[in-house]
Amino acid sequence: MDIKKSNRKRHLDTLLTATTWTFAVLTLTALMFIVGHILINGVPHLTPSLFEMRWTTENVSMMPSILSTAMMVVITLCLVVPLGMFTSIYLVEYAKKGSRYVKVIRQATEILAGIPSIVYGLFGSLFFVNFMGLGLSLIAGALTLSIMVLPLVIRTTEEALKSVSDGFREGAFALGSGKLRVVFRIVLPSAVPGILAGVILATGRIVGETAALIFTAGTAPNIPQNLYGSVRTLAVHMWSLSGEAFHTNEAYATAVVLLLIVLIINTVAAAIAKALNSGRIK
Amino acid sequence: MNMTELKDKVDLWGTDNNSKTRTSERVAVDISYRAHDYNLAVRDCNLYYSDFQALKNVNMDIAQQEVTAFIGPSGCGKSTFLRIFNRMNDLIEGCRISGDIHIGGQDIYAKDTDVSLLRKNVGMVFQKPNPFPMSIYDNIAYAPRTFGIKKRGELDVIVERSLKQAGLWEETKDRLKKSALGLSGGQQQRLCIARALAAEPKVLLMDEPTSALDPISTGIIEDLISELKAQYTIIIVTHNMQQATRVSDKTAFFLLGEVVEYNKTIEIFSKPKDKRTENYITGRFG
Repeated sequence: MDIKKSNRKRHLDTLLTATTWTFAVLTLTALMFIVGHILINGVPHLTPSLFEMRWTTENVSMMPSILSTAMMVVITLCLVVPLGMFTSIYLVEYAKKGSRYVKVIRQATEILAGIPSIVYGLFGSLFFVNFMGLGLSLIAGALTLSIMVLPLVIRTTEEALKSVSDGFREGAFALGSGKLRVVFRIVLPSAVPGILAGVILATGRIVGETAALIFTAGTAPNIPQNLYGSVRTLAVHMWSLSGEAFHTNEAYATAVVLLLIVLIINTVAAAIAKALNSGRIK
Repeated sequence: MNMTELKDKVDLWGTDNNSKTRTSERVAVDISYRAHDYNLAVRDCNLYYSDFQALKNVNMDIAQQEVTAFIGPSGCGKSTFLRIFNRMNDLIEGCRISGDIHIGGQDIYAKDTDVSLLRKNVGMVFQKPNPFPMSIYDNIAYAPRTFGIKKRGELDVIVERSLKQAGLWEETKDRLKKSALGLSGGQQQRLCIARALAAEPKVLLMDEPTSALDPISTGIIEDLISELKAQYTIIIVTHNMQQATRVSDKTAFFLLGEVVEYNKTIEIFSKPKDKRTENYITGRFG
């Protein structure tokens, strides 16, 4: 019985292993380099004056922008999550399979997902800012961003709903549940971690968005009085700083804070998902 | 109710009745003298998935408090036929059904049938154990809650009774609040049986309930079926011929959407009348 590996096979094995390792290390190096670069250039410039509640041309404080970012995220999510979630519930649970209406919605979301954000900015500027007369404002920005992240929310929620085993649905129907009860008691709770993942991704995009916001929310550096005031989110703030040439250091410091915020969002999301899961599986 | 009406309704049960013509003018029939009767009767049942005919002119009477086994090769329509009794086929797009299907004298496909209530009365256990991702307690309490029982005390009673009926109480009484997904496969399937029983059904449909289980769990569930038959009408789809002989009183052999033979289980397995049945049970095909 000859069960020895041939040389050719052995070399191929080594080659493939080496290749995967090389690329993995390359990716890791690139990521580490970016993070390291930001930290090295940014951390030394994190001064208390950057966190003062009021922005002035002297302190170029990012605190108002941090709060504006939070507001932008909350308002956008309030708009987009119900819309996206119910659309997905319709698509997965209610719509007839292969219906033309569903195809149109799917195609539209796919196209919307692929459009560069600057196009959303232009649309928001023409429609919300000018036509609807909202002006450069928090609400115009939030409306624009909710359209921008809607495809993402629909997609991830759809996937989350689809991944719920049909056995649960069958079981619930067989016990005499109506559709509504099946969807809200059985399917949605099981899909929550997946839906949450989509919401986190959406949050990430909102936090990181600049192009669409410059045209719709403007760049006013302080906290707005109301929904109709112009705001500058952290990412836009960073863009403004780096554009002004005198504030490159502060821009790096802002990047550090942005990085930290994203890290916090991800950690919190993971914790919530875990808590939800263990809450159900005690 | 005058005599002509009564005769009309009784005629629904006659085999020689041209019941096909009635499908368009269905009415819920409440025959009072059969009110406590949970016999199942199927007349001229045809079922199509789009263009494919899955059931061909099936007629069958199933007596209450008996265990009836459906056997036959994969794709012969036995599961499809099982699912007409709780209208699970309604969920499949492109599924059309004709003929008369009665349970306890009521046309379950009548326009004014509340499918939820039908499914409450006709419980089902699936091939793959499918406990919901929630606690054992909540799994059992699911159906009672659906039908409006909210009081803790009442639910506690139902949960305990159902788990005892399914022989799962001793194993789970200390962990009712734990996830049902932590149970073993056999325990999960008994949980699903308990969950179905909690709805207080009259009929229990079991679609290959032991095919995903080990022999010991299978034995436990077979014993359970024998115990439950005193209170419920049970129909079980099985690929396991020995199982059919062990648990069932009657057996129906399905082939290509038709009932080839339907008789006492002893008869079917000792002296089958049809050559095809004989071939199947002796393992020559299928």
